[in-house]
Amino acid sequence: MRGRSWALVAAFWAVVMLAMPAHAEEHVVLWHAYRGDEERALSLVAKRFEAEHPGVTVEVLAIPFEAYAAKLTAAIPRAHGPDLFIQAHQWIGAYLGEKLIEPIGDGFPDADVAGFDEPAVKAVTWAGARYAVPLANKCVALYLNPNLEPRSPVTLEELTGLVGSLPRGVYPLAYSADNSYYHAPFLGGFGGALVDADGTFTFFGEGAARSLSFVKDMLARHVIPEEPSGALVKELFLSGRAAAVIDGPWLMADLGKDVSFPYRVEPLPKLAATGRPMRPLLTVEAVFVTHGGATRPTVRELARWLGGAEAAMTRAKVGQQVVPRPALWNDPALAGLTNLRAFADAARGAEPMVASRGMQAAWEPANQAIKKVLRGDQEPAAALEEARRRWVDATRPLPPEASPFPLFVVFGAGILTLALLAVKRATQAGFRRDLRASLPAYAYVTHAVLAILALVVFPLAAGALTSLFAGTRDAPRYVGLANYVAIVTARGGALLGHGSFYLTLLVTLLWTVVNVFFHVGLGLVLGVALSRPLMRLRAVYRVLLILPWAVPSYVTALAWKGMFQRQFGAMNALLRLLGAEPVSWFSHFSTAFAANVATNVWLGFPFMMVVVLGALTSIPKDVLEAAEVDGATRAQRFRLVTLPLLKPVLLPAVVLGAVWTFNMFNVVFLVSGGEPDGTTDILVSEAYRWAFTRDNQYGYAAAYAVLIFLLLAGGSRFFGRRLTQEESR
Amino acid sequence: MKRLEALLAHALLVAACAFAVYPLLWVITLALSPTGPGAEARLLPIVSAPSLENFRTVVGWGSSGATLLFLRQLANSLIVSLATAVVAIAIATPAAYALARFSFIGAKPGLRALLATQMFPTVASAVPLYLLLDALHLLDSRAGLVLVYASTAVPFAIFQLRGSFLAIPVDIEEAAMVDGASRARAFFLVVLPAARPAIAVTALFAFMSAWNEFILAATLLSRKSAYTLPVVIQSYVQEQSTSWGPFAAAAILVSVPVMALFYVAQRQLVSGLTQGGVKG
Repeated sequence: MRGRSWALVAAFWAVVMLAMPAHAEEHVVLWHAYRGDEERALSLVAKRFEAEHPGVTVEVLAIPFEAYAAKLTAAIPRAHGPDLFIQAHQWIGAYLGEKLIEPIGDGFPDADVAGFDEPAVKAVTWAGARYAVPLANKCVALYLNPNLEPRSPVTLEELTGLVGSLPRGVYPLAYSADNSYYHAPFLGGFGGALVDADGTFTFFGEGAARSLSFVKDMLARHVIPEEPSGALVKELFLSGRAAAVIDGPWLMADLGKDVSFPYRVEPLPKLAATGRPMRPLLTVEAVFVTHGGATRPTVRELARWLGGAEAAMTRAKVGQQVVPRPALWNDPALAGLTNLRAFADAARGAEPMVASRGMQAAWEPANQAIKKVLRGDQEPAAALEEARRRWVDATRPLPPEASPFPLFVVFGAGILTLALLAVKRATQAGFRRDLRASLPAYAYVTHAVLAILALVVFPLAAGALTSLFAGTRDAPRYVGLANYVAIVTARGGALLGHGSFYLTLLVTLLWTVVNVFFHVGLGLVLGVALSRPLMRLRAVYRVLLILPWAVPSYVTALAWKGMFQRQFGAMNALLRLLGAEPVSWFSHFSTAFAANVATNVWLGFPFMMVVVLGALTSIPKDVLEAAEVDGATRAQRFRLVTLPLLKPVLLPAVVLGAVWTFNMFNVVFLVSGGEPDGTTDILVSEAYRWAFTRDNQYGYAAAYAVLIFLLLAGGSRFFGRRLTQEESR
Repeated sequence: MKRLEALLAHALLVAACAFAVYPLLWVITLALSPTGPGAEARLLPIVSAPSLENFRTVVGWGSSGATLLFLRQLANSLIVSLATAVVAIAIATPAAYALARFSFIGAKPGLRALLATQMFPTVASAVPLYLLLDALHLLDSRAGLVLVYASTAVPFAIFQLRGSFLAIPVDIEEAAMVDGASRARAFFLVVLPAARPAIAVTALFAFMSAWNEFILAATLLSRKSAYTLPVVIQSYVQEQSTSWGPFAAAAILVSVPVMALFYVAQRQLVSGLTQGGVKG
């Protein structure tokens, strides 16, 4: 009896233990960069999965697009990443290089393949293995305003032929003509492609040149507007000033309910010039599993579920996603979504973007070639040849592996020298006395030293060390000083040639001098004006003048860029009012540089003004009064009393201001973006381009950073000496 | 003559204010127009049909969950930025004082090294920082973020405060020490009050550096409820399209506390002025 009951209890527990895993709390983390309707749909779908899988919780985290790629590459290798993440398929090549993803296995079994569009399946397949479940297609199509173009154009030329018959100020077509992503369908129409299947640059030759001439001709005939950004394309379409626009499904979400006419979406037409279709590039957003997630059945099941028919229905209906499941579009539930369906059709005829690193490195040279041709700076053939050279330069093979032995020798010698110096200093007469005298001071500085060493110096030093490496983060190769050698020899090109270190350095120096001059000048003048005694409205002025600093610069810099737009910007409106010719601000170095400077001066003068104000308050009034009693004029008092007293506070602010301006990446990147043709890039934005747009050459970028550091350190020795000299005053 | 001068000063300040405010009018226009600014070549931004729609989107109007989340993220931003200011000042003030008043072994190379930290572009340091916080178990925590922000703000704070300590006459502490105060006591009771305006300005700088930062915040934090506001603002920017309206509205909302703070700090400046600051 007793034995039986024990057996019963044991059996009971065995059942419980076996049953446990099914009901145990399981936590799955999913990262994405969606917002708005797409984010809402994803949450709904995740909730539904939770409801069907008791015990499983799905944590869905939205991460800003700007930080998304960096966060994935930082978090996943340290096992702090998600189990699954949603990303565009063209990252596969890069992510395999960094070992961030695993084949998805039974998350996307063979049985499921038939349910998806063929290009979408092709997009997530790499070397025979499937790495993700396709969720949504993104490609461009034609949006038509039926009030201006009631027909469905069979050829693009039907559309461009409208140019004479449309009302004044209405364009037949608008799209981001200077962006190679949008140019790709035109290129395809002329039989070309940006890169081939291996990711080798192929944007040159007969077809490529003809495609550029074609677009340039449209621009010359005012078929398309000048310098069209995505925002401008939307505005033109919305206000009825573009009969058609070429854009992706994201425009539908942006148009939303603001649009006053029933617009139509159709796949891109043919080019009559060649009789070929305009095939857009296809991006497939797909859900990937990380290696932590790939081992868990629930994670793979969730991936499969997200791409499955039920979830796809919700994502199409709620999230307005172009789901790559052909059968779904015949479902009556989606019958009303004709425009979305048109995108689904367009995607089936689109060309999946090549997922290798060669593609990533192709955008920048291709964009610059297109811009140069559209501005009339260069003939297509020459511009494309230069683009090819730049692509070859950006994707050049890694430098040979170097022996780390010299590094150890230098490192050892450095340590030895330091030790010798320390010993020498310690044996000097009076060292003990000096040290004893120094001890009280150390009590004041220790915590600052520790904090700065750990959180500022360590990351910088570790970053600097990467400059000795090349290749991916996963398989770095020690190359010694090869990165530095390549930079200071301009990679074999002309020393003052395009994008060379020295040319960029000259631009950077000019940039720093001009900006600091205006910052300090404006800051001083305004600070002094504001500190006048009995100044009425002082509080109002102060708060208004501080505004440029208070509003986040990543928003205001973009507002400035808008003000410099060729056709609709406020600056050209002002010029027209004054009777002057409008200017293409970003077509010439001088004007683009001026636009950057204007923005940066605007952003930076409040800082200097506040420093001056703060410094002025600490000047004892009696000194100034004494000078006044002695008969000094106002100018004399400023020059002989105020300025010298301001110096100790102002000097560090000026030196630091110069250093910060030297490395002011944001403004250059957001306003001119290096236009025209990378000439307004400064050293630090050049470093960013190597790190993030040119084949992820982190080591090369780090070498730039170290060179910038050495330059600044050398250049500021003079100021640094003066800074420490203040002590003796 | 005095009249003319005052008039000139006002004219100058009005012109400067126009320069400062004009680009912001475009941001405000964006924030107030639900359909975008319209593609007109205009000199003065005018909103045809102003609406608060974008502001409602940002604060999650109509959904208590979303509003609560927004308030929570606002609180995160405030806590992180205030803590950054406090920690940075706490670390920097004594160090700046020592560098201004003592001569000790390592002072000069220390100052030079401090300046050097500002010269190195951060292009390659995000990953090492991530590793370090991971090792300290400070990932995904506000404390970790505050530590990073504060230590980044410390070098500038030290320079700024050292400058203002140098401007304070040594006599006042020496007088206090002759009266029997210890050096630390003189520092707390005499020097710090005299440097109050400079400390206020430096704290404001530290606050600002944390208040607008988003790349590190988005990289280090992995919970929506822990996000700071700049992370939320930045999520209106997508690869292919940006929701300009909410983006601008959120930027304006985010700058309101800064203006309030500056208003308070400004009173500090003014009081420093009227007290004659450092007469001791």
